[in-house]
Amino acid sequence: MSTNNAHQLAGAGGHILSTEIQEFINEQVRLQVAAEFKRLGLDPARPKRAALIASKGTLDMAYPPLILATAAAAMDMEAAVFFTFYGLDIVRKKKLSHLKVPPLANPAMPVPMPNIIGMLPGMTRMATWMMKDWMKKGGVPTIPDLLDFAKENGVRLIVCQMSMDVLGIKKEELIDGLEFAGAAAFLDYAADSDINLFV
Amino acid sequence: MSKYHPQRILDCRGDACPLPLLKTKKAMAEMASGEILEVVGTDPGSKNDLPSWANRTGNLYLGEEEEGDVFHFFLQKK
Repeated sequence: MSTNNAHQLAGAGGHILSTEIQEFINEQVRLQVAAEFKRLGLDPARPKRAALIASKGTLDMAYPPLILATAAAAMDMEAAVFFTFYGLDIVRKKKLSHLKVPPLANPAMPVPMPNIIGMLPGMTRMATWMMKDWMKKGGVPTIPDLLDFAKENGVRLIVCQMSMDVLGIKKEELIDGLEFAGAAAFLDYAADSDINLFV
Repeated sequence: MSKYHPQRILDCRGDACPLPLLKTKKAMAEMASGEILEVVGTDPGSKNDLPSWANRTGNLYLGEEEEGDVFHFFLQKK
C-alpha cells in the first residue's frame, strides 16, 4: 500500500518525495502530535507530579507527607503538600518542634499499652519521646529539618486558608515560605498529578 | 579496590530515608555527564531506593558492594 502511494506521489517526474518535502512533513506531524499531547495534558516532557494532603497534627502523621514530598523532589518530581485542619500544626512555628504521638487507641505502641494506661498523665510525653529517640537513632531527619529540605528542593507547601480561618490561626504564627490556597487551587494542582495521597 | 572508578564519594553513613536521596541528588547535580558517584551508606533501604531514584531521574545505577554493615552504591550521571 505504502509503495503504491509512493509511486503515485512520485508523479510525472518519477522522483520519490524530495528530502526537503519529507522533512517538512515529518516536522509538521511532530508538531501536531506534540500539540495534541499538550491539549490532552499528556506532555511527555512534563515531570511527574505528587500531590499530598497532610491533615493530622501528630508527630507520626507529620512524617509520611514530608518524607514522600522530599523524596519526590529528589527524584525530579514536582511535589506539593497541602496542610489542612490539624495538619496546620506541622507548619506552626510554636508547634512544629513539639508534635506528639498519641498512645491512646494506638495498638502499634512498642510496648502494647492498654488504653487505660495510655490515658494516664505523662504517657503521651513518653510515647513522643520514644518516637523521637527511634528517629534520631535511625538517622531520620526531624520535622523542622524536613520542612527545610522541602523548601530547598522546591516542594510547594500550601496551607488551607479555610482551616486557618476556622482554627483562628494567623499567618504570623506559621513558618515562612508557605502558599495560601483553597480546595479548588489544590484540586487544580492534583488534577494534573500522577500521585495523590491523603495522610 | 572497587571495579568502579568513582570521581566523587558521598558519605551517607548513619542517614535514613530520605536523606541519601536528597544528598545524592545534590551531589549528582554538581557532577559532569558520565562521571561516577560512590554513595557510602548504612541504610539497607537504599538498596532499593537508589536504583529507583536512578531509574526515575534517568541516571545509571551501576551496582553495589557490601562491607559488613556498610554499603557502597555506584551511580553514573547521565
